[in-house]
Amino acid sequence: MRLSSKVTTLLILAAVIAIAPVFFPSSYYFRVGSLIFVNGLAVAGLVILIGYAGQISLGHAGFAGIGAYACALAPVHLGLHPALAALLGALLSAAIAYLVGRPILRLKGYYLAVASLGFGILVSMVLSNEAQLTGGPDGMAVPELGLRAVLKAIGIDLSNTEFWYAFSGLVLVLGAWLALNLYHSPTGRALRALHGSEVAARTVGVDVAHYKLVAFVISAVYASVSGSLLALQNKFITPDVAGFMHSIEMVTMTVLGGAGSVLGAILGAAILTTLPQVLTIFQEYEQLMLGLVMMLVMIFMREGLLPSIARRIRGRAE
Amino acid sequence: MPELLQFLLSGITVGAVYALVALGFTIIYNASDVVNFAQGEFVMLGGMITFFAHAAGLPLPLAALIAIIVTAAIGVALNKLAIEPARGAPVVSLIIITIGASIFIRGATQLVFDKQIHRFPAFSGDQPILIGGATILPQSLWVIAGALAVFVCLWLFFTRTLIGRAVLATANNRVAAQLVGINTNYVMTLSFAMSAAIGALAGVLVTPITLTSYDVGLALALKGFAAAMLGGMGNPKGALVGGLLLGVLEAMTAGYVSSQYKDAAAFIVILAVLFAMPQGLFGRKSTDRV
Amino acid sequence: MKFALTTTALALILGLAAPAFADIKIGATISETGPASFLGDPEAKTLKLLVEEINAAGGVNGEKLELVIYDDGGDPNKARTFATRLVEDDEVVAVIGGTTTGTSMAIIPVFEDAEVPFISLAGAIEIIDPVKPYTFKTPHTDRMACAKIFEDMKKNAITKIGMISGSDGFGASMHKQCLSIVGDYGIEVLADETYGPTDADMTPQLTNIKGKEGIQAVLNPGFGQGPAIVTRNYAQLAVGLPLYQSHGVASDGFIELAGAEAAEGVRLPGTALLVAKLLPESDPQRAVVTAYKDAYEKATGKPVSTFGGYAHDALRILVDAIKRAGSAEPSAIRDAIEGTKGLVGTTGTVTMTAEDHLGLDLSAFRMLQIEKGGWKIVE
Repeated sequence: MRLSSKVTTLLILAAVIAIAPVFFPSSYYFRVGSLIFVNGLAVAGLVILIGYAGQISLGHAGFAGIGAYACALAPVHLGLHPALAALLGALLSAAIAYLVGRPILRLKGYYLAVASLGFGILVSMVLSNEAQLTGGPDGMAVPELGLRAVLKAIGIDLSNTEFWYAFSGLVLVLGAWLALNLYHSPTGRALRALHGSEVAARTVGVDVAHYKLVAFVISAVYASVSGSLLALQNKFITPDVAGFMHSIEMVTMTVLGGAGSVLGAILGAAILTTLPQVLTIFQEYEQLMLGLVMMLVMIFMREGLLPSIARRIRGRAE
Repeated sequence: MPELLQFLLSGITVGAVYALVALGFTIIYNASDVVNFAQGEFVMLGGMITFFAHAAGLPLPLAALIAIIVTAAIGVALNKLAIEPARGAPVVSLIIITIGASIFIRGATQLVFDKQIHRFPAFSGDQPILIGGATILPQSLWVIAGALAVFVCLWLFFTRTLIGRAVLATANNRVAAQLVGINTNYVMTLSFAMSAAIGALAGVLVTPITLTSYDVGLALALKGFAAAMLGGMGNPKGALVGGLLLGVLEAMTAGYVSSQYKDAAAFIVILAVLFAMPQGLFGRKSTDRV
Repeated sequence: MKFALTTTALALILGLAAPAFADIKIGATISETGPASFLGDPEAKTLKLLVEEINAAGGVNGEKLELVIYDDGGDPNKARTFATRLVEDDEVVAVIGGTTTGTSMAIIPVFEDAEVPFISLAGAIEIIDPVKPYTFKTPHTDRMACAKIFEDMKKNAITKIGMISGSDGFGASMHKQCLSIVGDYGIEVLADETYGPTDADMTPQLTNIKGKEGIQAVLNPGFGQGPAIVTRNYAQLAVGLPLYQSHGVASDGFIELAGAEAAEGVRLPGTALLVAKLLPESDPQRAVVTAYKDAYEKATGKPVSTFGGYAHDALRILVDAIKRAGSAEPSAIRDAIEGTKGLVGTTGTVTMTAEDHLGLDLSAFRMLQIEKGGWKIVE
């Protein structure tokens, strides 16, 4: 029996998340794991934008910032529960992505890159300049999600890091499932068609502008939820979450692992999240090594790690 | 009125810095359609190497010359080791490769030199020049003159010289260029050397004003990139106008509106221009490849 | 196959968790790179240097120190991960770090949960106010720097000022603190400008300040290259009013960057470290700051900065506490740190209490003025 690639991907993902803790020597590994999942979620969204639709964004951290600060601000100013605040952040991100996406997605290549970059910088600038509201560059506290206490009441007692490992792992599987479903839907097919050639897609009747916008909005929601999870987990947030470097990090994770595949991109997130932790053994050479890894992977594995490795293995088998 | 003039002078000074960085982007983009995000690191290297060579006792002009040559060599190495092997990779991969290169160069610089902020003396002293109640430093004139000179040289290079046209031809259609006898590898090497040298020259000129350290490259690259896109990527005129416009815009916003949102104003204008003119102010029209 | 690959990758990552045994293991998460590397670099160098020195002299209570140091790049999220790593994986007994207020605030909950003492190197008053049982800090608060500057202004009958602040964490935080207490000194802020940390020219902002009627002095909270450029632009525009800088630029490097001519007459609150040679023999800090300054400059070939001094004091406080506690148990160290009394450091003489986890007063700051490319104490 052959499982569909969708089911295989989800099974692998769920199995790795569930089994990995067996090998964890300390709860620090749960922390790294949960960060991988939080980044993985943002990256799964970018797979839809970069991998499926073939568009680029150097400003998606802006949406992560909106999601993160929604969780910090809405509970204080609107009295919302943090979970609802995350939902509000996602809606806000979707709305902003819709408004911003319409004009900027008409641009191509580097022009789209600079426009999205400008958007991301505007968001991070507002977050660090409106200090009365956001605490400025020094950041602000984020309230407790409260789910852990609920779990404890029904007899599931998890430490903070364990809880966030499990919770963000769960959200990631859910996000991956949605992304994979989209791939096989009519929308997914339309996106891939315009990735191949916009002109060809237009000729066969695909509403190119509409589908690009759909991909942009969906990926913005993923980034926003990822930002919310990060804020709730850290219980503290600074404008760095919306910064240019975070945008670059997200795109690099996506492309490094393989923009065309959800599992590949999540692998990219896993590698780039653990890399700084591993590279600490190089001390001052850390930055050097990071740059080197980025270059080498992109030069020698153009489609990204996972697709390149998969192809090599398949090539050997045949 | 002296205020307006002062804002303008400040804007042109900063704008000339951006323009120098943007001009560096132009050549590599013209030859290979790659936007080299490590361009800011060339500027940083120009400043840092000059400082350390000068501190080691070399006279400033010699130190600057060494910095420009070393940086040009690094530019060539970047092309040979990272860009050439990745030929034909999609835009997003090239962005990541050049950002990886920029992180790598930054990491190497902090090891070879240090993480302190440095400055070397201005070429013609620090006595401000009075113009109608406003002031400008002699070094600013050096920067502005440098930007203009580089612009004129590039313009002549691309329109009047055979090799310049070969660069454009290579960008336009690599195979066709090879067919008519252009050595495209040589063209690529040359454009990386030139871009890096222009970047290093920018670093030499601006360091007495902006100061330098191992991590100034990224901010410069972002502003230079934005300026180049505003003007229209690949066009020296666009790079010059885009850079000056960006600088003046920032200075005017800081002077008349709010210094907190001056960078925001710059990006809003860039977004607005791109919405109206998707190829920037002077960009060449591109057609979809079918 | 894919699965096997993933597990191998995981196993590889896990394999790096090789535990090393040391007598007393202390941790640090410092912004050695990134936008705050100007602060973090001397801090990290100082910690490494002093730990070596202490071990060469026989360690603490006969046991050697082991320093586990991570570079958080100024990113609070990364700092938080390293904090978790230090506590959970490296199992250190105490942590020094948090170069910026953002990173410090992000990692405090980790140490409070794990009950491991943490000595922050960042400025904001929020770090120790309200007091948290396991959190301490060594730098003066930004508010104290503001107070010192405003006191000096008051003494010189300055009542109307303009401010130009960096928009980075340091500048923004000090800007906020200064505005919150400026009224207490009868001083009015007539112009309030900012600049970005990488800006190349601040003449538009300074032109506006210069053009405001009635301003008697200008204050520039910030660190890194910004204040040097402000100082140069200030001279270029011939503003001609007293210019006050913050403790963020208190190092010889600042005079070099701004140029002795442009920096002439600039005042700022600094620590004894900068004026080691000018201190009277009777000054209790003289021996301490001279020893640190000489050792640091000999080892690194760079001039000392106030920031390295913060790390120096943090380590001294920690070592002193471990000695007095006679134990390397985190809770015993915490109690001993809180009992720190009369410890002479580079920033001042530290006496902590259950209500004061900083233990410095304004007297620790010295008002300095730059004259002929050097420092002068003006009290």
